[in-house]
Amino acid sequence: MMNEQEFITRAERYLNGAMDNSERIAFEQYCETHPEAAEQLATHRLFLQQLKEHADRVAFKRTLSAVAANYQASPVIAARREPILVTLWNKYKINSLIAASVAVVAVFSTLWLSGYYKTIQKTTTNYSELKRDMNTVKKNVNAQNAVIRNINSEKLKDGQAESHFGATGFLLSANGYVVTNYHVVKGADSVHLQNTKGEVYRAEVIYEDPSHDVAMLYIRDSTFKALKATPYTFKETPSELGEDVYTIGFPRDEVVYGQGYLSSRTGYAGDTTAYQLSIPVNPGNSGGPVLDSKGNVIGIISGKQTGIDGASFAIKTEALLKSISAVPVDSLDNRPTINKRNTLHGLRRTEQIKRIQDYVYLVKVF
Amino acid sequence: MNKTAILEADQKTVDGIAHGNATVLAGLYSDYFPMVLNMVLRNNGTEEEAKDIFQEAIIVLYDKIRQGNFTLSSKLKTYLYSVCRRLWLKQLASQGRVYHDVDSYEEIIPVEEDLAMHHERDLQLSMMERALDKLGEPCRTIIHDFYISNLSMQEICEKFGYTNADNAKNQKYKCLQRLKKIFFTAVK
Repeated sequence: MMNEQEFITRAERYLNGAMDNSERIAFEQYCETHPEAAEQLATHRLFLQQLKEHADRVAFKRTLSAVAANYQASPVIAARREPILVTLWNKYKINSLIAASVAVVAVFSTLWLSGYYKTIQKTTTNYSELKRDMNTVKKNVNAQNAVIRNINSEKLKDGQAESHFGATGFLLSANGYVVTNYHVVKGADSVHLQNTKGEVYRAEVIYEDPSHDVAMLYIRDSTFKALKATPYTFKETPSELGEDVYTIGFPRDEVVYGQGYLSSRTGYAGDTTAYQLSIPVNPGNSGGPVLDSKGNVIGIISGKQTGIDGASFAIKTEALLKSISAVPVDSLDNRPTINKRNTLHGLRRTEQIKRIQDYVYLVKVF
Repeated sequence: MNKTAILEADQKTVDGIAHGNATVLAGLYSDYFPMVLNMVLRNNGTEEEAKDIFQEAIIVLYDKIRQGNFTLSSKLKTYLYSVCRRLWLKQLASQGRVYHDVDSYEEIIPVEEDLAMHHERDLQLSMMERALDKLGEPCRTIIHDFYISNLSMQEICEKFGYTNADNAKNQKYKCLQRLKKIFFTAVK
């Protein structure tokens, strides 16, 4: 029985294959006869094997780490998973931008086409121009015509031109110069004037002043005969608050009288070129004269404030005359002569109206 | 490349891994790492984690090869991908992190057994590692030089400055006995 150290030394030589034939056989025989030695041999072999494997694995790991360190995480650019919203946004950014711009264009062009902005402009001013839209009375007129046709079918022919707007105008001077509002004749193809007797004259717009809302017409019609001088005069000095005023105009096809008083020296939104009147006026009254009790024209009806009762506006005579003084009078073949002599003074109201109404026209705009 | 050609190429790689060939390992990285990186990144991971996973997968492969029972029944790529996927799922689960379905477009084979074996092996060899650590110097180096580097007793004697080879032999024997004792106590 050899000691343990010697046995291990031998066992190692045996396992390494360093023994020659006779020595190996002797060792194997020794192991066979000593079972505990054989067991020891087996254990030792297993142990050495593990030791070796461990060493190999450590070496392998070292190599692997070196390789891993050398390896540059190459072309695969980290496709980091982004939140789904971001991904969607990136994907559909262009589409949504295009969609948004199309929507914006569509909205605004639709609004523009449908005249929304014009309406806005109108409604935000609260100022309503008092020209009469004839289309609303067209039906009535047609019905009337039909009745008349039934009575006297030969006299009336179809195909009468229909006016688009109606308003009022009055003579500035007896030789055919008529003043009305600019908004009445704006964009007009042709303008006709109809007096209370039903006679119609063709008129021509010779002057427009959008800033004062004033227009001047000249009756250019062979059937028109100059009248006597206008019974009224034009009063340029400011009128007093509370002054009794009246107007006549054509809110319908018949002349209509309206009475009221001067309620403020300024017009809409503090406009100093206009008066505020408390007087019942309606679409069609635009361009009508405003007279005081003595028969002086102190202004022209131009509009009223929507939503407020009894707030009508009239352009002051002063502003009117100032505006039309810009007309190059010398170039006209027939100069306007403004009457300075008032023939209405002292007459009763009904008499005044009777005299005035020949000088007031229904303005038909086509 | 047809299937046999692929298998042949894979077999070469397997042999390279068994010998710890650095070139072959570098080849493994350039061939298969991007795929694994992609998988990890798309499932809540970082590049660092992908590297760790891949490294462990190669060691699993190494263990299996060294065990000697590795037969290429599938493409190496499939095997590595399956191992990485399994490892990554385990890591996600252990961290309680949410993951989307890692089932992706790659083919997958079952690798649970290999992972279990690898784990066991890790334990065994870490025990050896601990034993060696406990053994301390110069014993550790003597054991390593003699049994792993296969230096002769004479060389060891000179390296450590023993007066003669017998002294060295005695010293080596003592070291071995101590290591054995530490190791087997730990195993038990």
